[in-house]
Amino acid sequence: MQSLKVGSNKSKSIEPTSKRHFFKQIFVNSGLSVIIGVLWASFVNESKNYALTIRPPGAISENNFLALCIKCGLCVEACRKAIGDRDYPLKLAKPKENKTIGAPYFVPRDNPCWMCVDVPCVPPCPTGALDKNLLYDDKGKLNINKSRMGLAVIDRETCVAFWGIQCDVCYRACPLIDKAISLEYNKNERTGKHAFLTPKVNSKFCTGCGICEKRCITEKPAIYILPTSIAMGKLGPRYIRGWDSNDEMRLKEASPDVRLPKTGRSENNPLDYLNKEGRFDE
Amino acid sequence: MSSILLKHRYSIARRMTQISIIIFYILANTYGLKLLEGNLSSSILLDTVPLSDPFAVLQIFAAGVIVSANALIGAAIIFFLYAIFLGRAFCGWVCPMNIVTDTANWIRHKLKIDIQYIIITRNTRYWILGLTLILSVILGVGAFEYISPISILHRGLIFGMGLGWTIVSAVFIFDLLILKEGFCGHICPLGAFNSLISRFSLIRVNHNANKCTQCMECVAICPEKQVLSVVTDKINSPILSGECTNCARCVEVCEDNAMKWGLRFKYRSIQTKEV
Repeated sequence: MQSLKVGSNKSKSIEPTSKRHFFKQIFVNSGLSVIIGVLWASFVNESKNYALTIRPPGAISENNFLALCIKCGLCVEACRKAIGDRDYPLKLAKPKENKTIGAPYFVPRDNPCWMCVDVPCVPPCPTGALDKNLLYDDKGKLNINKSRMGLAVIDRETCVAFWGIQCDVCYRACPLIDKAISLEYNKNERTGKHAFLTPKVNSKFCTGCGICEKRCITEKPAIYILPTSIAMGKLGPRYIRGWDSNDEMRLKEASPDVRLPKTGRSENNPLDYLNKEGRFDE
Repeated sequence: MSSILLKHRYSIARRMTQISIIIFYILANTYGLKLLEGNLSSSILLDTVPLSDPFAVLQIFAAGVIVSANALIGAAIIFFLYAIFLGRAFCGWVCPMNIVTDTANWIRHKLKIDIQYIIITRNTRYWILGLTLILSVILGVGAFEYISPISILHRGLIFGMGLGWTIVSAVFIFDLLILKEGFCGHICPLGAFNSLISRFSLIRVNHNANKCTQCMECVAICPEKQVLSVVTDKINSPILSGECTNCARCVEVCEDNAMKWGLRFKYRSIQTKEV
């Protein structure tokens, strides 16, 4: 059986020590590197784009998180120690779980983040993939309520509260009751004499801990956590609440192109084009 | 019996070190023992000293982000520990994959599997090391950390294996059937990195050519044969190549006391060539 020798060429007998052989080897090895590199890169690129992954509290933006996380599991160990062997949520992704291998995540329906007040999982992180600075409150203390692991989303079709059945399980389970989840009262037109008590999530307070998802009574939860970037839309600078001075601040960050759109018409003075271009009914 | 133990004293010590390190990590995760927490990528020793894998931190830097101080200090500690003192000892004394590949090699030896269809040069690992860093730059994540069978095995032992055993088996089969010392000696970029940083480390096996009878037992057993050129060339010298894993298999196999632990400059002054 003839052997396949990587990085050598037997067809022309070149001295193995010659300069030509050396360059040939580099040439062949570079080619191999390109092939392996393409396969390798495509695998890595696929596996860092599993978008529906809920990260621990204090995780920085997903892209930077994946770059920084060294996959040591110190957050997982802290979580296990704080919560106990049975209910701790954090785990490191294993192969074939369709998550980035080795990075910490949790599945709220199995075990949500139980919102430890002292946030034991964040300080041990050696690389800063979990960033304490995101969780400090005004008093300079770690505050779990400042974490943004995701955002609870309600499916109004399978949530029984929207049928008129009184279920406020998620509302009662929420650690930030009346802030992150509040109840809305509406008239039930079908019966004419009852009320809808429907849950409503406020993205300003929801930490994405997932206790609502864990407690939801339906077979597959009608309230569930999605990564915030997926759950929410993005306004962009073209739509501003003119009545809200805070919202107007966003306009300052917009590029000049957005603030003053240039079209054929806007090149001219408004008075000019109104006068020169004639009337619409002409 | 005692002679067998003596004959394998370093191999036994290496297995004990490898296994006890894994056990410490498992105890930390399962029972909260604060001796060695985390895993080989990054850990905390005795609840105070941070330790990090310098290769992983290098990849993170290549990915274009800055790690915080703990990982940096930890990586520096490990880097200097190996670069100044221990050489490439990680590969033979710590890495859990070494147990797998050594077992594969042992079975390969017992079953006399000596057909080699594929010949890959040992320098391939340096190419893969370079590729790791280039891909880390391009992809913005540590490229080897995403696929490393070492991490998958080690994490699996501590945090639950899942289907990680398939990847570990693949490495085992590769070493058993495809290429002798295939993973550790030819492919692994971490081994390549360790070889490069331990080029100037102090602790070395010394070869005494005056005692050597050229039985070549050490060359037969060495997992990185090319480092033993001092034996075939009959030179009094420490084994200076960074690719030597300091596994000391040559020391325990040598019947003539020609292989001894020592420092890198022991025989520097009397580099005599025997005729």
